[in-house]
Amino acid sequence: MPAGPIAEKWTKYKAEQDLVNPANKRKLDIIVVGTGLGGAAAAASLGELGFKVKNFCYSDSPRRAHSIAAQGGINAAKNYQNDGDSIYRLFYDTVKGGDYRAREGNVYRLAEVSNDIIDQCVTQGVPFARDYGGYLDNRSFGGALVSRTFYARGQTGQQLLLGAYGALNRQIAAGNVTMHVRTEMMDLVVVDGKARGIITRDLITGELNSHFGHAVVLATGGYGNVFFLSTNAMGSNGSASYKAYKKGAMFANPSFVQIHPTCIPVHGDAQSKLTLMSESLRNDGRIWVPKEKEDADKIRKGELSPLDLPEEKRDYYLERRYPAFGNLVPRDVASRAAKERCDAGYGVGSGQAVYLDFADAIGRLGKAAIEARYGNLFQMYEKIVDTNPYELPMMIYPAIHYTMGGTWVDYELQTTIPGLFSIGEANFSDHGANRLGASALMQGLADGYFVLPYTIQRYLADQIGVARMNTDEVPEFNTVKKDTKTLIDKLFAVKGKRSVDSIHKELGHIMWNHVGMGRTAEGLKEGIEMIKKLRKEFWEDVRIPGKENSINPELEKACRLADFLELGELMAQDALHRNESCGGHFREEYKTPEGEALRDDKNFMYVAAWEFQGTENPAKLHKESLSYEAIEVKTRNYK
Amino acid sequence: MDLTLKVWRQENAKAKGKFEKYQIKNISPDSSFLEMIDALNEQLIQDDKDPVAKEPVAFDHDCREGICGMCSLYINGRAHGPDEEITTCQLHMRKFKDGDTIVIEPWRANGFPVIKDLMVDRQAFDKILQSGGFISANTGNAPDANAIPIGKDKAEEAMDAASCIGCGACVATCKNSSAMLFVASKVSQLALLPQGKHESVKRAHAMIAKMDELGFGHCTNTGACEVECPKGISLDHIARLNREFLAANLMP
Repeated sequence: MPAGPIAEKWTKYKAEQDLVNPANKRKLDIIVVGTGLGGAAAAASLGELGFKVKNFCYSDSPRRAHSIAAQGGINAAKNYQNDGDSIYRLFYDTVKGGDYRAREGNVYRLAEVSNDIIDQCVTQGVPFARDYGGYLDNRSFGGALVSRTFYARGQTGQQLLLGAYGALNRQIAAGNVTMHVRTEMMDLVVVDGKARGIITRDLITGELNSHFGHAVVLATGGYGNVFFLSTNAMGSNGSASYKAYKKGAMFANPSFVQIHPTCIPVHGDAQSKLTLMSESLRNDGRIWVPKEKEDADKIRKGELSPLDLPEEKRDYYLERRYPAFGNLVPRDVASRAAKERCDAGYGVGSGQAVYLDFADAIGRLGKAAIEARYGNLFQMYEKIVDTNPYELPMMIYPAIHYTMGGTWVDYELQTTIPGLFSIGEANFSDHGANRLGASALMQGLADGYFVLPYTIQRYLADQIGVARMNTDEVPEFNTVKKDTKTLIDKLFAVKGKRSVDSIHKELGHIMWNHVGMGRTAEGLKEGIEMIKKLRKEFWEDVRIPGKENSINPELEKACRLADFLELGELMAQDALHRNESCGGHFREEYKTPEGEALRDDKNFMYVAAWEFQGTENPAKLHKESLSYEAIEVKTRNYK
Repeated sequence: MDLTLKVWRQENAKAKGKFEKYQIKNISPDSSFLEMIDALNEQLIQDDKDPVAKEPVAFDHDCREGICGMCSLYINGRAHGPDEEITTCQLHMRKFKDGDTIVIEPWRANGFPVIKDLMVDRQAFDKILQSGGFISANTGNAPDANAIPIGKDKAEEAMDAASCIGCGACVATCKNSSAMLFVASKVSQLALLPQGKHESVKRAHAMIAKMDELGFGHCTNTGACEVECPKGISLDHIARLNREFLAANLMP
C-alpha cells in the first residue's frame, strides 16, 4: 500500500511504479483464466499493451461468461445527476456497505477509476440508457442516497461483457491474444516459488496440456455454486481459486457470501438454478407480506389473492423498519428481513416468499413506463412463474448470489504466490462483508481495464530476463500434469452408485442450512462434520459414466464438486471463527435487541486469510488488520 | 407428466448419429426444459439394472436464465421449442402435455458441426465478430461519456440490435443456414452509434466476407430467423445492412 493521503495513493503508485518497455512486452506471456468482465477486459488491455496473452474459458465462447447475466447496472461517481455524488461518497458507501471489512486503499482506487469505466464502455459502443437530450441516465441501487447506477435495460452485464468481448476479439484478430475455448484450468504450476503456468483439460478431446506464462491471472469468478442452488451459471465454480489455495495462495474471508434478496423462489426438487430479479426493481417495487398471520395462511392455501388485501392489512416491513432507505436497504439487510418475516410465519407462496409489488408504480407512472424500465425482467418472470407481474405482485425470496470472499490479494492484486494475480469476484478485495448492488461489474472492469494492466508490470519488469519455458522439459509441469491425471483416474475408479448432482444437491442443503443466512456455532460445527462425511461418501460412491478422452460433462462436474466439498468446509471454519455478525455473515449469537448485525470491531476488524495445511487438517489463520484513516467507523444504520 | 423423448445421440463429430427413444415419468410442469433433460440424465446415470453407467445426453447450457446464449436445441421442429421469444432454458414443461412425444435435435447447419449428441461448435460466430464486430478503441482512449450525446431513439435501437445472445437459432432455423441476422444486428448496433460509425462500411464488408467463407448461406428474406430469435431481433437490421452497406458494392 503506497503511503500518503488516500486520494493520492493510486496517483503516487502509478507515478513511481516499474513499467516494461514495448520491446520487452512482446517477450512476456501472460495467462488469463476466465473471460468475464475481469478476464476479457484484462486480456484485451494487456494485448493492446503488447503482451502475449493466452486466454482460457470453459464454455464455447468467451461471451458466455456469467458476467453476462448481471442485470441492473454499474456504479460510477460521475455525479451526472448533480445529486451530490463524488469519488469520496462512492468510496464511503462501499466501505460502509461492506460493514467496514474491506481495505480502504483498494476501495478508494475502485471509486477513482469507476468514471473511466463508463467512458471506456461508451467508446466501445455499449448502448447505455439515455434521456431525451441524449445524455446518460442513472438509477438508484441499494445502500446509496444518490443515483449513480448506469444501465442498459435489464441487461447491463450483457452489454458490458459484449463491449469487453469486442475489445478481446480485436486483440485475438491482431494476434496478441490466443483464445482457448472449451478448455478448463485443472491446476496451477509453481516453479521455484513463482506461478509459471497452468494445466488444462481440453473439454472436447479430454487431452491434458501444459501452458507457460510469466504470470498467471485468475479471473474465474466466485464460488456461490458450493450451495448447488444459486444465481450463478451451472458451470461457475471455485476450482481455479481453490487449486491455487492448495498451492499456497491464501484464501480470504471465505464465509462472506452474498444472499440476494430478490430471486424467484424455489419450485421443487428438480430445480437446477435460481433466477435473480434485479435489485433495480426495488426502485419502483414495494416489498410486503400480510400483516396478519391468518391472511398469510389463507394466501398460501390459495383462498385469498394478494389483491384482496387492503393497504392497512399489508406490512411493508422494509419501509417500516428502515424509513430512511426503505426498499433500498443493502442486500444483506433486505435478505435477513425477508427471512425473518417468513420464519415468523408471514411468508406467501410456499411460505418461503414475499411480495414485490409494482401496483403503486404502475398507478403513478403508467404501465408503459414500467415496461420500458424493466420489460425484459417482467417477461422473464412470467416465463418462469407463469403469472403476470403487471397484474399480480411478484413473489421473491433470497438466494445465494455472490461471494465477497476469495483469493487474498495485495494492493497490486497479487496473491501470496508471486506471479499469481486474482481479479474481479475471484479475489476478496473490495466489498468487505457485503457488496453493494451494481458494484460487481464496476470491480470486474476496474481490475481488468485499469488496475491489473498497471500493477502486473511491477512484477513483470523483473521477469524480462526469464526465457519462455518449454513445459515438457520442466519437471514441475510434468508432475502437476501427472497429479491431474491421477485425480481423474481416481474419480473414474470409484464406480459407485451416486450421480455427481445428487451429492452436490446434498452439499447445497448442508451449506444452506448450516452456513447460510443465519449461522450458529453449533450449526457450523455440525455442518463441518456433515461435509466431511459427505466428502468421504463422494470418494466412495460417486458414479462417473463416459470416457476420459471425450466430452464428459459428468467428469467436469465431479472435478469441480471435489473442490467444493473441501471449500465448503473452509467456509464453515471461517464462519465459525468469526464471533461477530457483519454484512452477509450473520451469527445468530451476535445481534442487537432489534435483530440487527452486531459487529465486534475490537476483536474482528481484520481480513481472515487462510493457509492450506492439507485436506484433512484445519487451515491456518493469518490476520490482516484493517485500519480506517479516511473514514470514521460507525455502526451501520439505514434507519 | 410422463413423456416419450426422441433424442439425437452422436458419439463425436465424426461418428454417425441416430435417434434414441427414452421414457421419462413424473416431470413437474413447473420444471424448465433443461431440468427435464437433467432428470433424464439422472435416470440414465443411476439406472440400477445396468452395472455400467449409461452416458448421459450431452447438451450445451450455462446461465439458465436466457442470456448467455449457450443453450440451443431444436425441439419438435422449432429452434428453442414451442414458445415465443424464448431460449430453451427458459422454456417450461407446462408448454407440453402429459403423454407427449418430444423430438430433440441439435442445431443443424454447415457452420455449426455437431460435436456430440446435442452440442454443436459455434466458433464460427466468434470468428465473424473477430473479423470486425467491434469499435477499434484501446483502453484509455475514451473521452468523457457524456461528451457525445446520442439521441434516445438511436440508443434504444442500438440496444435492440445489441440484445443478440449469439445462440445461433437464426442460423438453425434458416433454410439457407444464413447468419445474416447475427451479422446485421452487430453491424446495426455499432453503425447507429457515433462511436462506431467511422468503421461501419469496412466492418460490414469484413463480416459478410467472413460469414460467406465459413459456410453460412445467403439471405433470401424468408424471415424465419426473426420469428425464432429469442430476443426478437428485427429483420429491419438486415434491410439496413443491405441498404446502407452492401448496396454500395453492387451499384456504381
